Amino acid sequence: MKTPSPDEINKIELDLLLEAVYKGYGFDFRNYSKAHILRRLTYFQNVNGLQSFSQVQDLILHNKSKMKELLGELSIKVTEMFRDPAFYLTLRKRVIPLLKTYPFPKIWIAGCSTGEEVYSMAILLREEGLLKRTQIFATDFNEKAIEKAKKGVYSIDKIKHYTVNYQKAGGKNSFSDYYRVIDNRVEIDPGLRQNVQFALHNLVSDAKFETVNMISCRNVLIYFNKELQDRVINLFTDSLINGGYLVLGMKESLLFSSKSGLYKTIDNDRKIFQKKLLGEK
Amino acid sequence: MARYKLVVIGASAGGLTAIEKLLAPLPKDFGLPIVIVQHISPDSENYMVTLLNNNLALRVKEADEKEVVKPGTVYIAPPNFHVFIEEDLSITLSVEERVNFSRPSIDVLFETAAISIGNQVVGIVLTGGNQDGAMGLKMIKDRGGLTIVQSAEEAQVAIMPSIAIKTSHPDYVLTLSQISDLLLRVAGDFNPM
Repeated sequence: MKTPSPDEINKIELDLLLEAVYKGYGFDFRNYSKAHILRRLTYFQNVNGLQSFSQVQDLILHNKSKMKELLGELSIKVTEMFRDPAFYLTLRKRVIPLLKTYPFPKIWIAGCSTGEEVYSMAILLREEGLLKRTQIFATDFNEKAIEKAKKGVYSIDKIKHYTVNYQKAGGKNSFSDYYRVIDNRVEIDPGLRQNVQFALHNLVSDAKFETVNMISCRNVLIYFNKELQDRVINLFTDSLINGGYLVLGMKESLLFSSKSGLYKTIDNDRKIFQKKLLGEK
Repeated sequence: MARYKLVVIGASAGGLTAIEKLLAPLPKDFGLPIVIVQHISPDSENYMVTLLNNNLALRVKEADEKEVVKPGTVYIAPPNFHVFIEEDLSITLSVEERVNFSRPSIDVLFETAAISIGNQVVGIVLTGGNQDGAMGLKMIKDRGGLTIVQSAEEAQVAIMPSIAIKTSHPDYVLTLSQISDLLLRVAGDFNPM
């Protein structure tokens, strides 16, 4: 009989844990990057003082609030306002003018986490005179992140950085126009979320959300394996009108999508793609 | 002797010169892929790629999402992303929190390589002024991988090598030219063709 190494045992227990999460709660992480999941769950195991993934499995199967904590650990909460300013600048110049030609554009921000990208988009739309007639859907699988996104209250430490981002992104006003300071936090202007609908949605397992003119899904696909990336791009393709825009994170692409032929590249460095019109080559 | 699949290198202050010197003797058909984390400003263009490409026989490129690493190629971590190594030697990029105040972090690269391919990885810590890489190198060592640290005397900044030596008790503490020689031997062993 062979003796499995500690790493082999760990990986077996990881697979079983992911199976338990799926069967017990319906969240499917089996097609996420293994290295990513392993790191996050090892962290979860350690902060809970557990010795193995089998113990994590036991804990989350019998304790729903611990399962919620685990979900929080597996969702990527690192985000910022106007992250990759050059992306927003290009969006403003090359995509917004075309969105303006629709009477009531709809935008889906998939994997919106704690909302920083939602408010960035809303600010940009307001400055372009488009916010009032645009409907934004902001979704994430992490309930706690969505709650935070709805509140729009953030730590003040980051405002300096966000202000620089905003200016580089072609901001037309003063960034301080969009928030007020309360103690050591900032509250984003609630008017910005007037047309934002926040909702729980899981890209891995849930069906099409809405038919929209633009989908923004940034730094989410990098955590999926190629098969899952393909599936999610299919979902996006079904959700976009012909001529609609798909924007991804700086290191993401349509390379692993069977639908890549349905898109043309608007800006490859900024990862802005457009779904072709019917019959368009 | 173990058969290796991958070389991972971590460097910080003074790293660019050291990396160039270390890799210059390696031929373009070097038998192992090399993945490098060099601490770099999040906003910078990855000028390292151009510079190293001009001066090395090896092919040098920025590490791409989901790319499977290949022998004879050097992959540089992009600014502001962690690099993970998967079991199939593909790369996952991540925007997760900084580790040791760094993104990319050397520990993250080393740790994921250690967990994914265990004793088949060669880990090298070069010059630098912080402690990144020490824990990751220990994880490689614990799994039977080959661990090498640049000698603190030679390093432009000795702190990172010193901490890595203390933390991981590496297999070798060597000068850059000695590390190059060792890499040539190790890769030859891996790829007898």
